[in-house]
Amino acid sequence: MAIAHGPPTAYVNARLLDPASGLDTKGALLVVEGQIADLGPHLFVQGVPSDTAVVDCGGHCLAPGLIDLRVSLREPGEEHKETIKTASIAAAAGGVTTMVALPNSEPAVDDVAGLEFVARRARDVKLVKIYSYGTVTRGYEGRELTEFGLLGDYGAVGFTDGTKAVADPQVMRRALSYSRAFDQVILQVPQDPSLAGGVMNSGEISTRLGLAGISPLAEIIMLERDLRLAEMTGGRYHAALLSTAESVAVMRRAKARGLKVTCDTAPHYFTLNEFAVGDYRTFAKVMPPLRSEEDRQAIVAGLTDGTIDAVVSDHSPHDQDSKRLPFGQAAFGIVGLESLLPLSLAPVHKGEVSLLAMLAKLTSAPAAVLSLPGGRLQMGAPADLILFDLNRPWQIDPDSFLSKSKNSPFDDHLVQGKVLWTMVDGRALFELG
Amino acid sequence: MTTDGTGSDFIGYPHRHLLGIEGLTASEIRYLLDLSESYVDLNSRSDGRDGDPRCRLLAGRTLVNLFFENSTRTLTSFELAGKLLGAEVINMAVATSSVKKGETLIDTAMTLNAMHPDLLVVRHDQSGAAKLLSEKVNCAVINAGDGSHEHPTQALLDALTVRQVKGRLEGLIVAICGDIMHSRVARSNIHLLGTMGAQVRVIGPPTLMPPKIERLGVASFIDMRAGLKDADIVMMLRLQVERMQGAYVPSIREYFRFFGLDYDKLGEAKDDAIIMHPGPMNRGVEIDSEVADDYGRSLIRQQVEMGVTVRMAVLDALTRQIRVERKDED
Repeated sequence: MAIAHGPPTAYVNARLLDPASGLDTKGALLVVEGQIADLGPHLFVQGVPSDTAVVDCGGHCLAPGLIDLRVSLREPGEEHKETIKTASIAAAAGGVTTMVALPNSEPAVDDVAGLEFVARRARDVKLVKIYSYGTVTRGYEGRELTEFGLLGDYGAVGFTDGTKAVADPQVMRRALSYSRAFDQVILQVPQDPSLAGGVMNSGEISTRLGLAGISPLAEIIMLERDLRLAEMTGGRYHAALLSTAESVAVMRRAKARGLKVTCDTAPHYFTLNEFAVGDYRTFAKVMPPLRSEEDRQAIVAGLTDGTIDAVVSDHSPHDQDSKRLPFGQAAFGIVGLESLLPLSLAPVHKGEVSLLAMLAKLTSAPAAVLSLPGGRLQMGAPADLILFDLNRPWQIDPDSFLSKSKNSPFDDHLVQGKVLWTMVDGRALFELG
Repeated sequence: MTTDGTGSDFIGYPHRHLLGIEGLTASEIRYLLDLSESYVDLNSRSDGRDGDPRCRLLAGRTLVNLFFENSTRTLTSFELAGKLLGAEVINMAVATSSVKKGETLIDTAMTLNAMHPDLLVVRHDQSGAAKLLSEKVNCAVINAGDGSHEHPTQALLDALTVRQVKGRLEGLIVAICGDIMHSRVARSNIHLLGTMGAQVRVIGPPTLMPPKIERLGVASFIDMRAGLKDADIVMMLRLQVERMQGAYVPSIREYFRFFGLDYDKLGEAKDDAIIMHPGPMNRGVEIDSEVADDYGRSLIRQQVEMGVTVRMAVLDALTRQIRVERKDED
């Protein structure tokens, strides 16, 4: 099928940012037939050819589109919370050009048919790029392994039980071992289910509120176990959503020992702490839970020194009925696609992480975890690009999110940095009105 | 301060709801206790109540008891308090399937709101449920127990009982014993007694002690004898077996041996120490029957009586606030 492309387009007067190569320069970029044809500080300094359209970037930041390793699409199964279409629209508005979907749908993506369904819907919607994980175990029940080889052939980019951790160490050991046959990565939110039975971080606040607490140990114990199993089997392991100070220390030691392991966190873990729960605010109920201020600071330090490879949105849409409940009964999760970039830029504005280092965690680093194309500004790469105003101040207003769900604890949160437009394969998908 | 609850600029209890003790000031608590004191005679009088103008204080007002959890004592106590003050009292015991409980809460709140009650007394097994409800309705909400969070009227009646016997709260050593982790009574009492200047200790097995409890201003003890040393007040908590998610304690006999109140352990407390229990008691689990029935030292029956008194005072205080607001709206 021939894809219709517009004329060659020159994006001039831009601040070109390519975290993979360390490029940060004023310059221009040329898109031809959906690909980056050329870029650099000297491009078009003599003027733009007459057959080429020109877009003035106004000196703003032109960067690779964000690659989000952790999105719950809610389709199939919970279309009242989100659909592949609404998630894609929200992603484009947030500057996310590639989403990787968690397999915890209904039915779960644990077979080829499930993968094909998501792929077909993504093709129909034809907005941002969507990849899928397969589950590690059938029905993410933690017992029988899925067909890593077959699922990989049909497009699964990694394996995870998503919102659930593989609790049984023998099953996890076999998953890490077997995945080597297909060079697949196993991703896991390390939370020991028997220790993670509460609803918020355990400590003074949970005690005051009379809520069951989740100890940081639920995370640390399983993370340490998984790292041992990864070392033993030689499997590739990615720890998702680090939330505690000790987890960062554990990962730091594992990397120093030369283990091929990676990890990520989400903006709420370096932006908020357990105080956000306040007086039973269910929008701040999330798994793993928001931790102490010391933990939050350690997550920032992990971003600063590079221990934490990637930042993900962990976009988890929920309707009002799932959140307007007593805290203990409300659903876990925060919508994140449209606040991912501005929240991630906060440590940059505070001088805690450099701009290129933070962009790497949102583009080239997550691409590298799953060996995905994209995530860089280079000749021949797909023109998945965003233009953003690094300094523009604004207030997050979840009611104006394009996502179907508005469950964000960041209402009225002050941020700096706004996506001006988003394109995928040279197609404009979003432009700030 | 006027006693008819109208026409006064002074507001002793400046909040719309009573959702918990945490956050109340000492003067607000003292106001509620003093007001309760003034209701003691109305409650205990067995004749001639009709002549008392307070019996018509809530005439024409509606009090709804919305109980999502079984309760005999608290429900009856609120019902009686409302009726003694002349209110229309409606009891709604909501049968709860565990799955739909939350929806029922909001749905019920909206339904109730359409009936324009003046006071809503709510009990629910989820912490924060009373607060959530208060955000959805237009009337005053009284928390009659939410999960493991708070049970403010219980703490008030406990404090009133103590004040009547000891004459004060300040400086008393109060030992709260048992399942601190799951106890809303313990939390409300810790906040109230601490605010009023008592020295509060908590005693229990480590599996039933919530994390960082010391941050609430209490000293915690595992050894019951050490915790009871020189105590003026011993508050026993019910071992809430129905709340246990797992095996927090291995057996009742072991629990009673080390954490049950008997005369032997009670010997560590002051000679005139008094014993309290929010009820219902598990005799032979957390408290020895003999101790529970020791009328010289056990205030358990008096607590029940003060329950009605305190709840009348709370209903009075909250309707004063409603009147002030309605007056402002006119």
